[in-house]
Amino acid sequence: MSSETPDLRAKAHWVWRETLAIHRRAPETRLASSLSSVEIFVALYYGGVLRFDAAQPLSAHRDRCVISKGHGSICMYPILADLGFFPKDELLRVCHSGGFLGGIPDPVIPGYETVNGSLGHGLGVASGMALGLNRLNSDRQVFVVSGDGELHEGANWEAAMFASQHRLDNLNLVIDDNGISMLGYTDDIVSHHPLVERLSAFGWDCRRVDGHDVLAVRSALLDMKASATGKPKALIAKTLKGRGVPGLENAPLSHILNPKPELIDRLLEQMP
Amino acid sequence: MTTKPLAMRDVLLERIWQAMAQDAKIFFVSADFGSPILDKIRTDFPNRFVNVGIAEQNLINVSAGLALEGFTVFAYAIAPFITMRCYEQIRVSLALLSEARPINVNLIGVGAGYSYVVSGPTHQCYEDLTLMRAMPNFQVFSPADHITAGALFERCLSSTGPKYLRFDAQILPVIYEQAAPDLQLGFHVHRRGKHACLLATGYMLHTALKVADILEKSGIVPGLIDLVDIMRFDEERLADELAGYQGLVSLEEGFRGRGGVDAMLFDFLTRRELPLKLLNLGVEGGYRFELGTRAELHEQVGIGPEAVQRRVAAFIQALSQ
Repeated sequence: MSSETPDLRAKAHWVWRETLAIHRRAPETRLASSLSSVEIFVALYYGGVLRFDAAQPLSAHRDRCVISKGHGSICMYPILADLGFFPKDELLRVCHSGGFLGGIPDPVIPGYETVNGSLGHGLGVASGMALGLNRLNSDRQVFVVSGDGELHEGANWEAAMFASQHRLDNLNLVIDDNGISMLGYTDDIVSHHPLVERLSAFGWDCRRVDGHDVLAVRSALLDMKASATGKPKALIAKTLKGRGVPGLENAPLSHILNPKPELIDRLLEQMP
Repeated sequence: MTTKPLAMRDVLLERIWQAMAQDAKIFFVSADFGSPILDKIRTDFPNRFVNVGIAEQNLINVSAGLALEGFTVFAYAIAPFITMRCYEQIRVSLALLSEARPINVNLIGVGAGYSYVVSGPTHQCYEDLTLMRAMPNFQVFSPADHITAGALFERCLSSTGPKYLRFDAQILPVIYEQAAPDLQLGFHVHRRGKHACLLATGYMLHTALKVADILEKSGIVPGLIDLVDIMRFDEERLADELAGYQGLVSLEEGFRGRGGVDAMLFDFLTRRELPLKLLNLGVEGGYRFELGTRAELHEQVGIGPEAVQRRVAAFIQALSQ
């Protein structure tokens, strides 16, 4: 790790704690889906992967980050506040009247690009952005973070074919492959596996990573960003839904389970 | 001099093709739908034309992404497919997103009402006005001839936000020989009359003109207005125009009583407390598989000239008693 990047493991632990704390105050938020993606977002935002300007969130010079799994990105709230996209006080008003940090993030939040949370839209919109940047001769790149469950939406596969047809190698898809949607394990519902083989057959350049090894995620993202082979790129990050929370982690119904407040308090106390 | 009638789409596409030479921000996206003029766009601007294939969901999302990068986007497909196949993409990535971002995406839907006459209900389109007007931020335009369709080009460029252009698939007679309707007003007054005013949109303007001619011969003189801009017409001026009538007849090539132009006018009359009775005429009943000419199909579903004339005559007679 270069000297200017912070200790990513410590940062990831801090984001994990802050996400739990937000959920303690706002139980309407989706905790389990937001804990599987912690290291992905930490690597993107603190690992020197994305270029951004917190003072000008829509600056033309930014790399675009489309967060398709909106509901499962509550961990982005502490990250964006910490990086100065909005005041940290807002974290105390998540899901409260007068705040703008909702249960499903909207594009009124500085740092969010698109309307998210209705699943399966991110990749298509990101493909349009990537095509636009390509036609503008911009060297900025587009990242999309999507869940594995939302790959059930057919529009993703329309976009996957489109992106390879147009050789959009400025498009980077990160799949938070936690293996669980609302009602259980995706492999038991409608399996998307083998994901690498399927996306490769669609013309994508695919990588795999342990999605909770933040250093490995960072180096995979940097490697992906640097590669320009004429193919859109995907990183399949194997993750655990509800990671680190007993009773929640990898539980088939973790999407809709809320851990008891006392459990969250104990975890925050035990894991400073 | 008479103007030769042209296809609405060809006239708008010609304008787009001309503008693309000067304006590098115009992007054209098709869902595998063509036209002879589109071939010029494909050939001359290959970098700003893309065919997403038979994939309307992706058509909308890709268009939204291009618009976020600053392009003025024209998206082009058959009317029922560009509205209903991808309605949630339209809602999320255009209507909702435009609340937070300045995006300019213009959906050109070809095949209003019964205009794909022999293709049947999959390719005909009687629900789109209802669906597209349901979304805040959307502008909806329903031209009655190619002159109006071409004039919409300036609005597409000058006004940000998502728009739906409902085009007929057939070549319709020219209405606006002298000048296109005033799009600031959003409607055009063809005749002023007594008792009731016919307010028609799209193809139904042609029916309304026929009906008004027939009625005039029997001494009934209704007013007649073409409504082009379904969402942002000048309400004040339309209210002024309707003052003095006791009745209003809405004519649309869409399902009757299911939230289309009739519902919009009911809301307009109620909100402005205008004392006009409303006779709403549109497609009666449900989906049908019968084959026939457009005129025959229209008579079957209650919007042919004969049916409309009967209904309007009875309506005006009741009003004048």
